[in-house]
Amino acid sequence: MSKGYSHSVLLDEKLCKGCTNCIKKCPMEAIRVQRGKAKILNDRCIDCGECIRTCPYKAKVAHTDSWDLLAEYKYTIALPAPSLYMQYDMNTYSRKHIIAALKALGFDYVYEVARGAEIATIQSNKYLHEHKDELPLISTACPAVVRMIQLRYPNLIPHLLPIKSPMEIAAQNARREFCKINSVDPEEVGVFFISPCAAKMTSVRAPLEVEKSSVSGVIPIKMVYFKILKLLSKMKEQEVDEIMLQAGKFGVRWASTGGEALSIDSKRVLYVDGIQNVVKILDDLEDGRIKDIEFIEASACTGGCTGGPLTVENMYVAKNRSRQQLEDEPIAYKEIEDDELQNTSWEKQIEHCEISKLDTDMFKAMEKLNKMNEIYQQLPALDCGACGSPSCRALAEDVVRGKAKTTDCIFILRRKIRKLANEMMMVNSGLDDMAMGDSGNSLEADNEN
Amino acid sequence: MSNQAITLHYDIDAVDFSAAGEASSGVKRTLNQLGVNPAVVKRIAIAMYEAEINAIIHAGGGAADVEITPERVEVKISDNGPGIPDLEKAMTAGWSTASETVRELGFGAGMGLPNMKRYTDDMKVESKVGEGTVVTLIVNINS
Repeated sequence: MSKGYSHSVLLDEKLCKGCTNCIKKCPMEAIRVQRGKAKILNDRCIDCGECIRTCPYKAKVAHTDSWDLLAEYKYTIALPAPSLYMQYDMNTYSRKHIIAALKALGFDYVYEVARGAEIATIQSNKYLHEHKDELPLISTACPAVVRMIQLRYPNLIPHLLPIKSPMEIAAQNARREFCKINSVDPEEVGVFFISPCAAKMTSVRAPLEVEKSSVSGVIPIKMVYFKILKLLSKMKEQEVDEIMLQAGKFGVRWASTGGEALSIDSKRVLYVDGIQNVVKILDDLEDGRIKDIEFIEASACTGGCTGGPLTVENMYVAKNRSRQQLEDEPIAYKEIEDDELQNTSWEKQIEHCEISKLDTDMFKAMEKLNKMNEIYQQLPALDCGACGSPSCRALAEDVVRGKAKTTDCIFILRRKIRKLANEMMMVNSGLDDMAMGDSGNSLEADNEN
Repeated sequence: MSNQAITLHYDIDAVDFSAAGEASSGVKRTLNQLGVNPAVVKRIAIAMYEAEINAIIHAGGGAADVEITPERVEVKISDNGPGIPDLEKAMTAGWSTASETVRELGFGAGMGLPNMKRYTDDMKVESKVGEGTVVTLIVNINS
C-alpha cells in the first residue's frame, strides 16, 4: 500500500474480465482497464463501493477484517451499525434479539453505534449554534463523502463538521465503559464495528480526522448476517429481556437518509444520497448556488447506510422495516452521560489532496492542456471505454499524463491500420505497376514474335 | 512565455435554466487542471456563473470567451439582448429588472452585477440598448 492513505476496495484479478462496467460507474474516474484488467487508482479512490455494486463478476472486493481477528483479544466488544437491525425482519426479531445474538456469538459487550449517533447529534447542534459564520456545515458521517471533499472540493473543507463519526464516538465510549465496569486493561479489549460499507474500514485503517482509530477491526454485515440469523430463533426470552437498549429512535434513524439531518436543530437542512447526486450538490455548493441551507447530510449510498455495499437486505425493504419499528420506539432509553460527551471533536484538520493538476509548473500544465484538447478533438467522443479510460476526455488526459497512448482508442487504431493498409496497397500496386511494366514489355515482345 | 494563453469558447444556451453553469463548470475544470489556487477558482466560478445566468435571464443566451494566462483569467460574456439602459442603477445591490417568473425561480435578486464585482479584480460592462451587453470579468491568478 502506498504511504499515507490506503483504500479498502480492492480488485480480485482472477475474477476481473477487463470489461468497462466499473470504469463507467466510478464517480472519481479512479479505475482504468490496462492489459485486460481493472486497476484502481489509489490516490483517487474514495471507497464509495459503486464498483462493488456494478461488477458483474464480483471482482471488486472490500478489504475488511476477518472473524479470526476476534481471537487475538481477551475481550471483544461489538459495535452494531444502526443499519444492521434492518437486515432482519423486525416484526419477528427486535433490536434486543439482535443484540442478544451478538452476545451469544461471543462478544463480551455491545455498544450501539446508534448511541454514538445521538452523542454526535448533541455535539453537532452545539457546534452549529457556536459557528453560525461557517454555515452550511457538511456532515462527516460518511467517510466516502469526506474523502471526496478532500480530493475534489478544497473550498468546502472548512465547512466539514469537525465532530467524530458515531462509530468513532461509540468505540471510545464502549472501551472506556467496559474497562471501567470490569477493571480490565484497554489493551486487552478488541472493539469491532459491524459495518455496512468499505469506506468505514478505510477510516479505521487510515483515519483522516483522528490520530488513531479506537476501532480494532471492521466486520462486514454480510459476514455476520447468517451467524446472527441462525441464532435469532434460538434466543431464549430471558436472554432477550435482559438486554438494555442504549439508543432511542433518533439514533437508530441515522441508518437511512435524513436520519442525521432531521435531528439537527434547524429547519434549513438538506439531505442527499447516492454519490452522483452528492456530486451535484457539492458542485452547486462550491459555486455558491446553494443558499439558505445550514446543514447538509450527504451519503454516498442511495438510501444512506442501509443501502451500503456490504449489507444484505434490499435497501427499500430495510427502510420500510425501520420506519415501522421506530414508530413505537421512544426518543431515549438511557440518558447520555457527561463522560460520553468527552473527546468528540476532530483531533486534526483534513488537508486538501491535489489530484487534478496536470503539472506542477503552470506553463507546462498549459502546454499539456492544449495538447490534451488537441488529442480530444481527434477522439470519437463516444465515451465507449474500450480504451480502458472512462471517457474520451479522460483518455486525452491519461495520454498527456503519459499513462496511455492515443492508439489505445480502437477508432484511432482502426484509422491508423486503414491508413497503413492503404499505403501498403499503394506500395503493392506500385510494385504491380512496375511488374506490369516489365511483363508488358515482354508480352509485347512475345506478341511481336 | 507570457504570451502563452489558453482560450475557451462556450455558447450559452437559453433553452432551459438547467443548462446554466455549464460554461463556468468547464472553466472550473480547466483551472483545476492548470493547478490554479482553489480560492481563485472559486471566485471565477461564482462570478462567471452570475454572468451566465444574466445572459440567460435577460438576453436569451449568448457566448462566453475565456482567456487564461499564467497571470490572469479573463472571461467575456457577450449577448445580443436588450442592453442595460442605466448601468449605474444596474450595479446597485438589490436593483433588478427580472420578471416575476424569474424571481419565483430564485433568481433576479439584484445581486448579479454587484456579486461579479465583488468576486473579481476588475470588471467592465459595455452595453448598448437594443444591441446587447458584453461583461468582462478579470481575476488575477496570483491575487
